[in-house]
Amino acid sequence: MLGYALRRVLSAIPIVFITIAVCFFILRLAPGGPFDGERALPPDVLRNLREYYNLDKPLPLQFVDYILGVLRGDFGPSMVMRDFSVARLISIGLPFTLMLGFAAFAIGTAAGLIAGALAAFYQNKWPDYLLVFVVLIPLVIPNFLMANLAQLVFGVYLRWLPVGGYQPGAILNLVMPVLILSMPHGARVARLTRGSMIEVLGTNYVRTARSKGLGTRLILARHAIKPALIPVVSYLGPGLSYLLTGSLVVEQVFALPGIGKYFITAALNRDYGLVLGTTILYVFIILALNLLVDIVYAWLDPKVRYR
Amino acid sequence: MTNVLVVDDLDVTFALHQAEVKAVSDLSFSLAAGETMAVVGESGSGKSQAFLAIMGLLARNGRAAGRAMLGEVDLIGMPGDRLDAYRGKDIAMIFQDPMTSLNPSLKVRTQLAEVLVRHQGFAPDKAGRAVIEMLERVGIPEPVKRASAYPHELSGGMRQRVMIAMALLCRPKILIADEPTTALDVTVQAQMLELFKTLTDEFGTALVLITHDLGVVAGVADRMMVMYGGRCVETGTVDELFYDPRHPYTLGLLHSTPHVAKRAQRLDPIQGLPPSLERLPSGCAFHPRCAFRFETCFAERPQLLPVDGGARGRACWYQGSLKHEEVA
Repeated sequence: MLGYALRRVLSAIPIVFITIAVCFFILRLAPGGPFDGERALPPDVLRNLREYYNLDKPLPLQFVDYILGVLRGDFGPSMVMRDFSVARLISIGLPFTLMLGFAAFAIGTAAGLIAGALAAFYQNKWPDYLLVFVVLIPLVIPNFLMANLAQLVFGVYLRWLPVGGYQPGAILNLVMPVLILSMPHGARVARLTRGSMIEVLGTNYVRTARSKGLGTRLILARHAIKPALIPVVSYLGPGLSYLLTGSLVVEQVFALPGIGKYFITAALNRDYGLVLGTTILYVFIILALNLLVDIVYAWLDPKVRYR
Repeated sequence: MTNVLVVDDLDVTFALHQAEVKAVSDLSFSLAAGETMAVVGESGSGKSQAFLAIMGLLARNGRAAGRAMLGEVDLIGMPGDRLDAYRGKDIAMIFQDPMTSLNPSLKVRTQLAEVLVRHQGFAPDKAGRAVIEMLERVGIPEPVKRASAYPHELSGGMRQRVMIAMALLCRPKILIADEPTTALDVTVQAQMLELFKTLTDEFGTALVLITHDLGVVAGVADRMMVMYGGRCVETGTVDELFYDPRHPYTLGLLHSTPHVAKRAQRLDPIQGLPPSLERLPSGCAFHPRCAFRFETCFAERPQLLPVDGGARGRACWYQGSLKHEEVA
């Protein structure tokens, strides 16, 4: 089990390197640069700026410099938000994004699992039909639209919840963003759980368990849950990374101080250092979660361990 | 001898999209304590569905009617939670495919111990010891090690032994084995049948052996029941049916079975295919494939009636001897 985990960690290293390289060069292919504005800067100012930010050397050399910096833990300065390093900006925004993402993940996963298992248990009866329909809603309506509708209804008309913004400790401000963010995730989890649970309930080994007179509760809790979770778990890793990296839309709509804001503005401003820094962070999150999923997977399905 | 199971007028129907299909019709039989009864028939003859219905394990669209008396209680129509008091304890079942019939995510020990905990009130740690004893009884080498294994770490034969151990843990009155050897190597099949015989004899368990393999029947069964199109067409002791079959279908089955002793003899299979249950032939369901048919067979269904006033029975209109036809 430990060797298996170690092998997975080592195989992640080249992936990180390749992603950085691809991002680095693609970013430079995009037209425009960090110092383009309404008014063109005087040529000598521009030259000084480019020299200061190490943009005057040949591209391959810049890449080598950047990689060496990253290896030392230095992601360079932001080129648009003066006086801030990329690492500093990330450390300001990341905790909030993590909190938002994990809260949405926990709520969405729990609700999705329960809803999916219930739907499977009542397959083709009214609770199943109801759940299948309800679950479709957050999947077909994009979350920025949902977010705006929720703001209008609960924030403006009913005045139950604040429309946006956040100060530390303002839990009520988080209710809408977390719920909006968790809904599509919960819906996908519910659909996956329903499907795999229905499949598992029809297997020969569940029939064997019934032939032993174990009773519905024990069959569900001991015989059906673990195998039924396998496809769900393999979605949870990517699911969490969607929540952590995809919360930027919700952060924008609700004016929240997360990392998504930096990512969007950095991409628009061609803030090379900040885009690369946040991208590397996202890649790291995705890889770490996939690794975690693989390990949980090995626990759920003993056959995986010895491959 | 006392009967442990008396089945009366068992019907099994499945609701399909358009129509209802009757998989088992008017099935009646009784099973004496400790005896071995073989249930023989082609695929789709209803032999498995009849016993799945008795166990309350029909698919969601299946319905059973009639009676199946286990002592004083009727198993048919009993809700699942009440059935659970008998399933696994008084009446147990082994399935055809040992590869998929054990839970892949649970250790062998867990899957066996839970039966004892559920039905015998064992404490989980004490159940572990009983499980290992039973694994040893069914001939599993290194039972302590195997108990901690997952099913995928065992061979097919080993898994079927685990299934047998699981079914016999509570020393049930009845064991239903649905094609228990079909998925196994021939060499393992013989060992497995031997094991069935030894253990059911020792525990006084009545064995129902569902099979299409007459070789299996000859080795272990006392009585047999031949099914065709969801009905019992002939029943009697194994010797009676093997040496003096009175139903053309039984005769056909015997002729379709290769004998190792009579080498180079050509097989004489039954012509045609088993009928679709959705459109069973009129009259006797076997008439389209029967060499002895005459007008009555097309129009009226024969009842299962006693033969020679004895315990055997058959459902056939033909009164002549099947013997000379066999010679010809």
